[in-house]
Amino acid sequence: MSAAPVLLEHVGERGSHTMEHYRARGGWETAKRVLTTMKPVEVLEVVKASGLRGRGGAGFPTGQKWSFVPKDPGPKYLVCNADESEPGTFKDRALLEGDPHLLLEGCLISAYAAGLQTCYIYIRGEFVTQAVTLERAIQEAYAGGFFGRDILGSGFSLDVTVHRGAGAYICGEETGLLSSLEGGRGYPKIKPPFPAVKGLFGRPTVVNNVETLATVPLILAKGVAWFRGMGTEKSPGPKIFCVSGHVKRPGLYELPLGYPLMRLLYEDCGGPWRDRPIKAVIPGGSSAPVLDASELEVKLDFESLAAAGSMLGSGGVIVLDEGTCMVDALWNVLRFYHHESCGQCTPCREGTGWIERILGRIEHGRGRMEDLKTVEEASQNMMGKTICVLADAAALPALSFLKKFRAEFIRHLEEQGCPMRREGEPAGRSPQLT
Amino acid sequence: MSVRFDERTLGEFHRTVARYPVKEAALLPTLRLAEREFGSITDDAMIYVAELLDLPPAKVHGVFSFYTHFRRPGWGRHVLQVCCTLPCALRGAQDIVGHLKRRLGIDVGGTTADGRFTLLKVECLASCGTAPAMQVNDAYHENLTIEQLDALLARLP
Repeated sequence: MSAAPVLLEHVGERGSHTMEHYRARGGWETAKRVLTTMKPVEVLEVVKASGLRGRGGAGFPTGQKWSFVPKDPGPKYLVCNADESEPGTFKDRALLEGDPHLLLEGCLISAYAAGLQTCYIYIRGEFVTQAVTLERAIQEAYAGGFFGRDILGSGFSLDVTVHRGAGAYICGEETGLLSSLEGGRGYPKIKPPFPAVKGLFGRPTVVNNVETLATVPLILAKGVAWFRGMGTEKSPGPKIFCVSGHVKRPGLYELPLGYPLMRLLYEDCGGPWRDRPIKAVIPGGSSAPVLDASELEVKLDFESLAAAGSMLGSGGVIVLDEGTCMVDALWNVLRFYHHESCGQCTPCREGTGWIERILGRIEHGRGRMEDLKTVEEASQNMMGKTICVLADAAALPALSFLKKFRAEFIRHLEEQGCPMRREGEPAGRSPQLT
Repeated sequence: MSVRFDERTLGEFHRTVARYPVKEAALLPTLRLAEREFGSITDDAMIYVAELLDLPPAKVHGVFSFYTHFRRPGWGRHVLQVCCTLPCALRGAQDIVGHLKRRLGIDVGGTTADGRFTLLKVECLASCGTAPAMQVNDAYHENLTIEQLDALLARLP
């Protein structure tokens, strides 16, 4: 790895989740300095100048998002999105478990900069022990005088509450999250109005990802030049990549944005497991269009992956080796999005299920040649026609798999089933997926 | 049969409601309290939660039924939630499910006759780097192997 990690530096150390450990390494000192010596607008300018882009998936400039919050009086909210559920993504979990105070210090500095007095951390329901760790850290921060009324004599007040989700991918979508936090089903809402103007309880709300908020204290502590010293002009700073699937060493890798994918796969992760060639990589969580083996000479940043026809997304890099059936893999992906569709919009509710069923029958030898056209048309008709982008998240992989691995789909249709299931030599193929 | 929180949980409920500007926002946290207090979310629990929050019971049911993670009545003592999303599937999640089905003699969604185990397939647990993974109730079990599974099944009461 080319730079020492800063976000994950202390994750895994004994006691790293405690106030004592965090204070011993200078933790909360940045917030103290910020709240007592800087005006909110100065903090905002630093974050804007850093070029920090949201780490949850969309990559929106964080400082700009904060600047949309109107200055009028009345309650305004910071919501931390800790609903991490994009398949292939497991970075926020590491921060929640291993360095919750870094996140909380980020919440305080960000709320101060954007003028928000209440913070909710929406954490996915499955993260039970992580929620307990976070609750304890929040209590420590209250006891330490970093949350509550008139923090450190600055006149700024902030209350922080953990809000547990209950198992729904769609609550990671920011307006779905807000609906859930308000006590409803996790139904996304039409934008505009954007949350910064009309969000939680109808009030201005900033929704930021865990990793984004955890990066904020580091920028304030180490400076814009340090941050911009990593990554690219448009994608500066460090980023946590999550590597899963068929590599020797899956796991978390904190790297500067713009890091070469090949180097991550072959040097950091030790190359493919079982030494079968890599067939495909999904570079940004399962909703990102797939890259085939000829497309892996790409850099991991927002603009490079967009130019390659995919996206950085949440930084979830899923590796598929030669033994993987691409029909089966796509079927698995579509089953996920069908299961997680909230059901509000017809193109998504019906389209995800329709494609899932077609892929299942192709895999099991009951497909028809016209099925490929049906999948493509259904995907096209899902995109841009729904309240949120879950439909697009399902359609993009479908279209890219069909385009790049078409011969494999056609072979399934011609041979009336999965050639790999039939060949079935366990050492030669990856496990059955769906 | 009607149900009620005990004093301690009722206190927790009031402190929870105070964290939100509108009572309704405390619905998911209150369902969590009910889950802990009553062991699962029954119809009676939903009616009680509705009373506490001044909501129609149908609203509570509508929200509850949207979410998969609340404990349903009839589930076993240990709920085996095997992640079957792509990253876990690539590392053998279906073999894990297949083994559990054979060992326990139940299908996905089923509960053993002695009430010890319920087997569920779930979606991404954010454990993709340590796949295959499952949760048993609230605890993560990662980098699963068949041997480990057997040892775990033998150990759980």
